[in-house]
Amino acid sequence: MTIPVRQNDAIGHAAIDIVAREPVSLLCMLDRVVPLIAGAVFLVAWEIFVRWRGIPLYVLPAPSVIFLSLWTNAGGLLRALGNTALVTLSAFSLATISGIALGIVIALFRTVEKIVWPYAVALQVTPIIAIAPLVIIWVGLSRVWLALLILSWLVAFFPMLSATVVGIKSGDRGLQNVFTLYGATRWQRLLRLQLPAALPFILSGARVSSGLSVIGAVVAEFVAGSGTSTGLAWTIVQSSTMLDVPRMFAALFLLAGFGVVLWHAMSRLSSILLGHWHESELKDDA
Amino acid sequence: MLEERRQNSTVVAARLEGLTKRYPNGTLAIDRLDLTVAKGEFVSLLGPSGCGKSTALYVLAGLANATAGRVELAGGCQQAVGGGSIGFVFQEPSLMPWATVAENVALPLTLRGSALDSALEVVRCLTMVGLEAFADAYPRELSGGMKMRVSIARALITRPQLLLLDEPFGALDEITRARLHDDLLRIWSETGCTIVMVTHNTTESVYLSNRVVVMAARPGRIIGSVDVREPYPRTKAFRLCSGFSDHVRQVSALLDNAFSE
Repeated sequence: MTIPVRQNDAIGHAAIDIVAREPVSLLCMLDRVVPLIAGAVFLVAWEIFVRWRGIPLYVLPAPSVIFLSLWTNAGGLLRALGNTALVTLSAFSLATISGIALGIVIALFRTVEKIVWPYAVALQVTPIIAIAPLVIIWVGLSRVWLALLILSWLVAFFPMLSATVVGIKSGDRGLQNVFTLYGATRWQRLLRLQLPAALPFILSGARVSSGLSVIGAVVAEFVAGSGTSTGLAWTIVQSSTMLDVPRMFAALFLLAGFGVVLWHAMSRLSSILLGHWHESELKDDA
Repeated sequence: MLEERRQNSTVVAARLEGLTKRYPNGTLAIDRLDLTVAKGEFVSLLGPSGCGKSTALYVLAGLANATAGRVELAGGCQQAVGGGSIGFVFQEPSLMPWATVAENVALPLTLRGSALDSALEVVRCLTMVGLEAFADAYPRELSGGMKMRVSIARALITRPQLLLLDEPFGALDEITRARLHDDLLRIWSETGCTIVMVTHNTTESVYLSNRVVVMAARPGRIIGSVDVREPYPRTKAFRLCSGFSDHVRQVSALLDNAFSE
């Protein structure tokens, strides 16, 4: 984002300083290329190391073997990725909506906070893997997808809830007074003050939550199996029982890649929504 | 201008009677404070921190409740909060960082639901504080002094009869502060509003106001007041003349009492 140049006006108010930005584009390119080069060097070193020491396939496959496995199993792996992505994204969306909604209610009504908060915390600190068997019994083995959805949602829900509550409560005291002075209604206060002030918190919560929803979906599938539609986690379990380590790695790569894409999507969303005003996004301007 | 203000001096803009404020923990913040502000007057409340000067201002604006006593405001603004007849400039600029300067200034009108005719009013108020070129800027792009100007413009948009300022220039550097002093005096004379300003700066209070009311702490009360009978417009020359330093001396003497008690 560039700030338009403004001239000093007649009274001589300080104009906005513009930082010189010529060398930035080159630096920016280097910033992007260096990690890629590092990754390539790492893969080549891995390949050489495995071949040189003659490490067996079922301990550590070479990258070339992993990519070959990825290629030959592409159909099954991509279907699995699709299933995992579907569970993750649905759970994440549900967590976002429910977390923000309940967060607003909690932040606005102290009584609700007192009632709900201890249980929300209790749910958060209980390991998801310990709840999983119970959830599976409840929904039944014929609807494993529902169990996956619930478990993934449970993990992703709390960061959204807590971010929303903290964000809404963090509104500037002076601005609160301004809104009181001009007779703002509770609704106006929520929409024009509390929610915008909470947005940076909510977006940072969403970043955490998006990662956790992937973890939730994977853990749930490890415990519950996948029913009729196999996800990446179940692919890993299957491959490990068959000692098909290259396929395990291929599934792992896809899982990690999906997580990274989700994370970057959230970062991008955050910089689009906050770029013009919030301190946390200012460095991205350059 | 001065004659006009003298004639108006019988009309009361705001009056505090026996104002007492006790905090829930038992601290007596203000003890039976009486203050009458005439229409068109510029009054400064000066005192050490903890003397309740800001609290008095908040009670006057309806942002805080008094434990005892009466608040009386000039005709038509019985209900201070939500009425728009009072403008308030807080210690911090208190701007919405996600909104442009124009949106920030228009906020009081937006909240009232009369956003239709706000565009012209925003231009009027931004021109008054010399920021008409910055309507589309975001607060983070502005310097501290400019943010304070936006805050003042926001307070002016409802065309208030009473403008309250709570140590508005405390965080600014000397040069910016001096410039804002002159702007505030110009705005005061252009709008003809009544101003009550809280400050802990002696020279600032003498330079700006008709009357400096000095307060002492524990409990908060008025221990004296100095009328600054010097003509407006006041300029840099006024800061150098003997009348100015005489008044500063008087006010300082009162302030010393406030500290020694």
